[in-house]
This record gives sequence, structure tokens and C-alpha cells, in this order.
Amino acid sequence: MATRERPLSPHLQVYRWQIQMATSILHRATGVLLAFGALLIAASLLALMLGPQAWEHVTGVAGAWYGRAFLFVWSWAFGYHICNGIRHIVQDFAIGHSISAFVRSAWMSVIGSLIITSLVWAWVLTQGGAA
Amino acid sequence: MSKFRTPLKNARGLGTAKTGTEHFVHQRLTATALIVLATWFLIFVLSLIGSDHATAVAAVSRPWNAIGLVGLLVAMFWHAQIGLQVILEDYIHNSLLALALQTTVKFVAILGAIVGIFAVTRIALGN
Repeated sequence: MATRERPLSPHLQVYRWQIQMATSILHRATGVLLAFGALLIAASLLALMLGPQAWEHVTGVAGAWYGRAFLFVWSWAFGYHICNGIRHIVQDFAIGHSISAFVRSAWMSVIGSLIITSLVWAWVLTQGGAA
Repeated sequence: MSKFRTPLKNARGLGTAKTGTEHFVHQRLTATALIVLATWFLIFVLSLIGSDHATAVAAVSRPWNAIGLVGLLVAMFWHAQIGLQVILEDYIHNSLLALALQTTVKFVAILGAIVGIFAVTRIALGN
């Protein structure tokens, strides 16, 4: 019995890509990244407590190209997750539930995240870029 | 006594997951706290760019900064654990693996919060 594959309900791969799907998936992906970032924040605070030598490791990694690249992605993930998180809280109050409002607010999350990332890195660059 | 309860009485406020809406509520509460705390933390970190160890220690030691950091650590790890729990519930269907991962996430989140709070407290109290 039951040797035949059972039919499955339609899943992601059968749908045309739309912005609401992208924002939902990105919210989870950035959430996972930020959870790892939380550990890095705790580790950095521990290094700050341990002394100048341990702290130099943190600033050294943050200043290296891979550290910079991670910080860049991290800052965007933060900007995105907070914009889209605010969007979710607003939606929890049953505001903006029409399809057009969903599409509009989804793009607002994406654009908001890019604005936050640009502001952060504009500031970093004016500070001479030393982490 | 419990057998005299109607099924509705047993289910009321709990649902099939037995935990009701606390999970949802805590996710939103910690999210609301993090809108403020995480934004403040980002600005705090950006203000410390280029500063040396002593300056960073002095900044973390300031009472309101230390309080803000402890608040951030609590809300952040709590929120991260809730979020990761939902993701694991959605994608991990092997119950033993799910149990192991859920337990790991909870322990690591609590460990991260304890380590962070310990570090901030020790710095704030003069190391």
C-alpha cells in the first residue's frame, strides 16, 4: 500500500515571483542572519570586557575586507528586518490589507532598508572608515 | 476533577498547541522594544567608530548605556529564539532533530544573553 507518491498541494515553485513572497522570505532570512549577529554582539561585549588585546581582535576582524562585507550585509539585514517588522506590526492592526497596499508596503520595506544601509555607510565613510 | 470539564473549557485560550497566544504576543512585544533598542544600539555603535578600547569601555560604563545594552540583550535574544523556533517548526519535520535543534537554539540564546549581560555588568561596575 501507499507505494505511489501522494499528490502535494501547490508550493512555492509553481507561483510567479511577486514582491510579497520576496519580502516574506527575506524577513525570515534576515531574521536568521540577525540571530547570528546577536551572538556576535554578545561576543564583542565579552571581548570588550576581557581587555584591549581581545578588543583588538574584534576591531581587526571588523576592519578586514570580510568583516566589512559582513557588516555591510548585516546593516542591510537590520534595516530590512526593522522596516518589514514595523510593516508587520502595522498589518497586525488590520491596516493595509488590500493587495495593492501589500505590494506598496512591501516595496516601502525594501526601499527603507536601502535608505538605512546608505545612511549607515555614508556615516561610516565620513568617519574615515575605521571600525 | 478535570474529566468534568468540557472540551471547550480545556481548549479555551490555549488552542491545540497548548500555549495559546503568548508566543505571538511576546514576538510583538519584543519586536516593539527592539524598534527602539536596536535603533539606539546602531547609533551607539556608529558613534563609537574609530574609538579605542578605553573610550568604548567608558561609553558602555555610562549607566543609561549599560541599561540600554542589557535591555537590548534580553529583547534581542528573546526575539531571536522566538523567530528561530517558528522557522524550525515550519521546516524541520523529524521530531527528534526538531527537539534537538529547538533545545540548542534555546540554550544558545540564553547563553548569549547571559554572556552579554555579564560582560556589560562587569564593564559598568568597573571590571
